Amino acid sequence: MKDKTTPKTGWLGLPPLAVGLGAVAAIVVFGWQFLLAESEIAVLGLVALAALGGWALGKTGIQDSLNEAMRSHNRSMNGAILLGLLAVIFLLGEEHFPLLMLTTMLLYMTVALGLNVQFGLTGMVNFAGAAFFGMGAYTSAVLTEHTAVPPLLILVAGGAIAAAIGFLLIVPVVRTAGHYSAVVTIAFGVLFKTFLEVNDVLGGPQGLMVGPMKLFGWDFNSSPMLLGMEMSFYANYALLGGGLAVLAFVLTQRLERSWLGLTLDSVRLDETASACFGLNVVRAKVLAFTFGNVLAGVAGALYGMMISFIAPNSFTFADSLLMVSIVLLGGLGSLWGTALAAAIVVLLPEKLQILQEYRFLLFSGLVILMLLFRPQGLLPRKVRSYFPSWRPQQ
Amino acid sequence: MSDALLEFEGLGKSFGGVRALDGLDMTVKRGEILGLIGPNGSGKTTSFNVVTGIYSPSQGRVRFDGQDITGLSARKVYEAGIARTFQRSRLCLPLSIYDNIMIGNHARLDNGLWFNLINRGALRRQVEEGYEKARELVAGFSGELADRMFEPVGALPMIERRRIEICRALVSGPKLLLLDEPSAGMTHDETAQLMDDILAVRDRMGDLSIIIIEHEMGVIERLTDHCVVLSYGRKISEGSYAQIAADPEVQSAYLGVD
Repeated sequence: MKDKTTPKTGWLGLPPLAVGLGAVAAIVVFGWQFLLAESEIAVLGLVALAALGGWALGKTGIQDSLNEAMRSHNRSMNGAILLGLLAVIFLLGEEHFPLLMLTTMLLYMTVALGLNVQFGLTGMVNFAGAAFFGMGAYTSAVLTEHTAVPPLLILVAGGAIAAAIGFLLIVPVVRTAGHYSAVVTIAFGVLFKTFLEVNDVLGGPQGLMVGPMKLFGWDFNSSPMLLGMEMSFYANYALLGGGLAVLAFVLTQRLERSWLGLTLDSVRLDETASACFGLNVVRAKVLAFTFGNVLAGVAGALYGMMISFIAPNSFTFADSLLMVSIVLLGGLGSLWGTALAAAIVVLLPEKLQILQEYRFLLFSGLVILMLLFRPQGLLPRKVRSYFPSWRPQQ
Repeated sequence: MSDALLEFEGLGKSFGGVRALDGLDMTVKRGEILGLIGPNGSGKTTSFNVVTGIYSPSQGRVRFDGQDITGLSARKVYEAGIARTFQRSRLCLPLSIYDNIMIGNHARLDNGLWFNLINRGALRRQVEEGYEKARELVAGFSGELADRMFEPVGALPMIERRRIEICRALVSGPKLLLLDEPSAGMTHDETAQLMDDILAVRDRMGDLSIIIIEHEMGVIERLTDHCVVLSYGRKISEGSYAQIAADPEVQSAYLGVD
């Protein structure tokens, strides 16, 4: 029999919480340095360091300590991760470009979390992620430029529009079994971009201007002062984008750790058996599809405000593929995996300009390698634990 | 209350020109274990699929517990109190034992968005209650298995999977349990163990009725109170095991002699 008692001490005899907090601190410093790194040599060095670190995690038992910390000290760890994210934003301070990249990553992560609910939990591949993201962005373009709707409500509207247009797709997506949802969504994604290009009201191929986010009278295009330091205006967006990503993460995690998550899993694994146990398969699919689309729409609305100018070319089928590859790379159903993969897929090509042109080649190669050698993803999903602290006597 | 729990009246199901079920009349009494036997392709599993709403019948009626359930959806049939296992195990292999059993308990779980995402305290109580219930059910089969509730089902051997499948069907407290070839893929000893399990389940749940499809005649002989023999979608014989085993028509259907 395996020993099931909880270890009091973990790696190097340290308590798991200490290892956990240390790991968060290390990731904060790493992220900060990585976002600031300028030369390709420095970036490559950091990538090598991260690869080494990832390899060492499994070998040294740090990973076990980390898992234990996430289980037994869930609140402290979540708090530390939140503080860590804030720390990275403040450390970047006045750096425009790194903050823009960080926020883009957080928004892509939000979208990918939604796609993971659709694909990883429910088994419906959505190859129109960028289209739903784009609906949010176009919603915010129209509403910021032509109406006086408060921008925070515009984020909600972006989600609502994505959900509403998603409903039009729901009949074919729900009716088709298995991977045929891929075909339906590919067609829709292409249609969406073509529609934008020929539609003069929405700016045609030239696109539209988007007004800035405003919150309680604070214009997000002005630079915040903090501790006597003038920060980049992107810090506003990084904070709000971070809040959105955290909210999306918490909701998605709660969804996975609930009867609803169980229902979605059951629908993915065996629709017929699910129906025999009274599960409402159609409701489950509609719920998962809408949940994902709303996250994409809200993230897109904020993204539009941040980059202040949008065009159909920002929301192509290739971008949708990138979003799906985040889900595959991180691991189907794995939320931390999605967070990690969003960082890799968004930040790496920005940092390594050589890669920029070949990024689709790189990521398609990476996804194929992943599916061949590690199909469960970078951070494989674990067996569902409804409440991390809940451990019935075994 | 009538004596009959489930009744088929002239039940028929055709696939194109093939009549998988051809005017089948059959009655299952409350509390009995009925054996449904017949050669391959005689319509046994089809009758399960028609009862549970996977197929809708081409003709005839199905009455369950005084209610007409002909053509109801799978979900409605489950809510009426019929649970089943499948010929080929249809557990969710990556999910834990606990998760799989809770899928069977779906009718009692709150699937509302607010409940699951926001009202976590209430969810936690349901998760804990469900655990106690699932654990008790599993412990009825095997104490060792009950200590492994959070292990993926895919790691378990066939007999344990079959037990989990039966637990998943029982957790909703059905009135009728349909077992589709529970001994498939198991050794002789495992089959014997499983028979003990099924009899123990029946003793624990007094008024549970069971229909069992089986090719293993030893299982039918030991478990059933009553048997129905199908051939080409029709009932060719009915009675106790001794009666049907002595029926020349049954012998010819199985052995193919005129």
